[in-house]
Amino acid sequence: MSIDLSQFHQVFFEESFEGLQLMESSLLDLDCDNVDSETINAIFRAAHSIKGSSSTFGFTAVAEFTHVLETLLDQVREGSRQLTAEIVDLLLQSVDCLRNLLTGLQAGQTPDATHSRELIAAFNRILAVKPVAQGAGTQSATQAGKIDQPAKMEAGEAQGVTRWQIRFVPDSNILRTGNEPLRMFRELAELGELQCVASVDRLPDLNQLNPEECHLGWDISLTTAAPRSKIEEIFEWVADESDISIEAVDAIVPLATPQPDAEPAQRVSPSATLPEPMPDKVAPVSVGKEKEKESAKAESTSIRVSIEKIDSLVNLVGELVITQSMLGQLGTEFDMSKLTRLQEGLAQLEHNTRELQENVMRIRMLPISFTFSRFPRMVRDLSRQLGKKIELKLSGEQTELDKTVLEKIGDPLVHLVRNALDHGLETPEQRRAAGKSETGTITLHAYHQGGNIMIEIRDDGRGLNRQKIRAKAISNNLIGENDPLSDEQIQDLIFRPGFSTAEKVTDVSGRGVGMDVVRRNINELNGSIEVRSEEGIGSTFTIRLPLTLAILDGQLIQVGDQVYIVPLVSIVESLQPKLALVNRVAGGCDVFRLRNEYIPIIHLAEIFGIRPRNDNLEKSLLVVVETGTAKVALVVDDLLGQQQVVIKSMETNYRKVEGVSGATILGDGTVSLILDITDLVQMAGVHQQHKNGLRLVSSRAAQG
Amino acid sequence: MNSAEQRALDVSDVDSPLHSTEQTDQYLTFIMAGEEYGVDILRVQEIRGWETVTPIPNAPPHIKGVINLRGTIVPIIDLRQRFGLSKVEYGPLTVVIVLKVETRKGARVMGIVVDAVSDVYSLSSQEMRAAPDLGDNVNTSYIKGLVNVASKMVILLDINELLGMDTIPEVSASALNELKQAVDRH
Amino acid sequence: MTKILAVDDSASMRQMVSFTLQGAGYEVVEACDGQEALNKAKQSQVDLVLSDVNMPVMDGIALIKQLRTLPNYKFTPILMLTTESAADKKTEGKAAGATGWIVKPFNPDQLLNTIKKVLG
Repeated sequence: MSIDLSQFHQVFFEESFEGLQLMESSLLDLDCDNVDSETINAIFRAAHSIKGSSSTFGFTAVAEFTHVLETLLDQVREGSRQLTAEIVDLLLQSVDCLRNLLTGLQAGQTPDATHSRELIAAFNRILAVKPVAQGAGTQSATQAGKIDQPAKMEAGEAQGVTRWQIRFVPDSNILRTGNEPLRMFRELAELGELQCVASVDRLPDLNQLNPEECHLGWDISLTTAAPRSKIEEIFEWVADESDISIEAVDAIVPLATPQPDAEPAQRVSPSATLPEPMPDKVAPVSVGKEKEKESAKAESTSIRVSIEKIDSLVNLVGELVITQSMLGQLGTEFDMSKLTRLQEGLAQLEHNTRELQENVMRIRMLPISFTFSRFPRMVRDLSRQLGKKIELKLSGEQTELDKTVLEKIGDPLVHLVRNALDHGLETPEQRRAAGKSETGTITLHAYHQGGNIMIEIRDDGRGLNRQKIRAKAISNNLIGENDPLSDEQIQDLIFRPGFSTAEKVTDVSGRGVGMDVVRRNINELNGSIEVRSEEGIGSTFTIRLPLTLAILDGQLIQVGDQVYIVPLVSIVESLQPKLALVNRVAGGCDVFRLRNEYIPIIHLAEIFGIRPRNDNLEKSLLVVVETGTAKVALVVDDLLGQQQVVIKSMETNYRKVEGVSGATILGDGTVSLILDITDLVQMAGVHQQHKNGLRLVSSRAAQG
Repeated sequence: MNSAEQRALDVSDVDSPLHSTEQTDQYLTFIMAGEEYGVDILRVQEIRGWETVTPIPNAPPHIKGVINLRGTIVPIIDLRQRFGLSKVEYGPLTVVIVLKVETRKGARVMGIVVDAVSDVYSLSSQEMRAAPDLGDNVNTSYIKGLVNVASKMVILLDINELLGMDTIPEVSASALNELKQAVDRH
Repeated sequence: MTKILAVDDSASMRQMVSFTLQGAGYEVVEACDGQEALNKAKQSQVDLVLSDVNMPVMDGIALIKQLRTLPNYKFTPILMLTTESAADKKTEGKAAGATGWIVKPFNPDQLLNTIKKVLG
């Protein structure tokens, strides 16, 4: 039978990454002076488990590396080796290294073993220093000695058929270990000609005989071409407790060449070295093949779902079936007297469907701890690098959000935490001088609010310096020198493209990626970010994200004969414009005065090249929407209802359409496009430039 | 399973190497402006009547819009306009052939609007003639070959070439005419 | 049908073992630690136990000890899945009442050969 082991690889990678995650967080919890045995056990188990399965699935590089890790961890676990900060550091580096190895293997690449070899060398240097007590190293050495023995073959037995005289006197408890002497005889018989004589000299009196014990011994004569190791293998499991002797009596038919079946097959015996690498399935055959593999891999991402979630789905489907059959029955014999029951049934159906939808969405939900868990390590490393004392507090780690959102929010969060560490928090000296405790605190807090996930990144550092921000924004031409701006508006400037307050570019943040990118990434997830800060006290960044990317609360709008959908989350307000409040500014853009703000107007019909129902702005409606960087007003003919829509991709069968983020299917089965506000703002900018002349003329006419 | 898929299955049964030594493929043909065109029937997912589409803003004129095909969004392409032929009003006989197209970015489902569906032919590769080379300015890569069926020319289209979004070749009415004349001369 | 209890905290190993055994016509019950295995063994009699050693909650050695105290599992073959370095675990396992061991890494064929031998 041949089984394709690659079918288990996906699960192997998932569990290995989980194991590494556990190792990492446990390592960060470790206190070298007071080692918690359960924690070290958990770390050992994780390494051990990865070693076991990686060697089984033929990932030799991973297996070899974890083997060394395991040896060291075993000594620590047994208390024969003192855990040092150096070892913990090495172990943490190993976690990174293994993660890289596994990520590479998962992508079908041949792993680069440079880093792992360096680490193995480092571990071996540590292991070369004898542990306090007799550790596992010595034991495996004796073990190795034992195994070597069968290799020394006696004269005559290598070639041809030998007659062996075997004496086997098992321990009387042999049956209690589930070992059956008959099984061994059966196996011996498979090797050649067998004669067996039982000796009863150890047999007690019948009244003392315990049927669960074995008091027999056997003298066995076996004529076989198999080598001694084959015979030893059969007794391997009972060798230690039994009295066994195996002697070659004579070689009967010496053969010129070794028989093929005399070769020791794969031994199921202890061996001190790791096995031969299995044929490496992941080695690239050719570049083309590798690419194919990658794309296949990308599609097969999986998600682990708890049984409870599945069970609740099954229940809901059950309810749905009941409702459906009830409605079906109602339909076959319907008259108007049953109208109330029909309405009730439909209400029930709606309820079932909504619950089913919510539950299906929940399958894609994972706790945010998957993302949070990387921060303890990061904060530990960075605080050392920056010479700052930092405590990281995590809360709400069990808050769940959509897997895709979770994956995409990782980088922005890392950026924000790095920023807080680098710019937000002061050095211990600065903090002392400011009358604060030397240790700064960063808090990551996640919670649900309405249909959204909120993530707060809070630090008790120096806070944002509004004067500095303002000055910087003026020098970067982001604002005018005398622009009246509220504190919030000034703070919001840090999200503008081309803004960075860092006095020097450090290794930690300031890698050219600014807060504008953070905001853009979050906006792409239909989310938003804002900052509150008080000088000297700290800053709090609050991220608001939708629970899922698959469903969106939408406002249906009518432009001409088309219905579009605007994400509800981006709508600030809708209103009927008064022409007196519409101005044309230099550059040819219509703006609308809303209280104290001037809001650019986007003529959707014009951008999309469709004929609006009303040419008169005053008969149209303005929908004020907010994007990451600006507020704009969309001109629409009518506002229709609001509803939850399921987002469908335009790119599956077509391509990205400018101004459109996706499509959905309305209740009547027709397709409606979902507007991409950020895109629209950009499109409007482009549009206005080449229509300048025309617009200016018509505006004068309108004003005159 | 729709009828096209059914037919496709039947074809593959007949075509198994045990039965025939000569490779024959089945083609679904359709009519546009009096000409008959054929597409590999294995690419055909279904045939539908024309229905109102949702237009895509700023799309080229031959992209009529998108429809909802059992929950997926499928673009509809007017092949007449794609070929630079004169536009006709869509009527009750106007047909949309839904095709599965292989593109560099994977398989895509698209619909093409044609005047009417014509027939299904089994054709061997021997019967097929290559499209005449009309020089550099006329791209014929989307033409798989030409074939005569009952003294009528059928243009077999390579839909992967024709509809692979990134590589839509320019096709103009004059190019088609040139092609026809070149074929007639042969 | 011969029933085998496969115990391993690694899901991939469990999957591999199950898949191999089921392919060879055995019925497989899975457990991801010793405690779960013990519960499952009590619920229904199995003909062979295949257990990893290092596991959370209850490790393989403790599982073997517990199983041997149950009257129906006095003579049931119990095989440990060990790694080549854990020589002491074999001794410990034997003392606890294990029948034998299979050394990781093993391939499906090795696993099946051993199981067939033990079950006869």
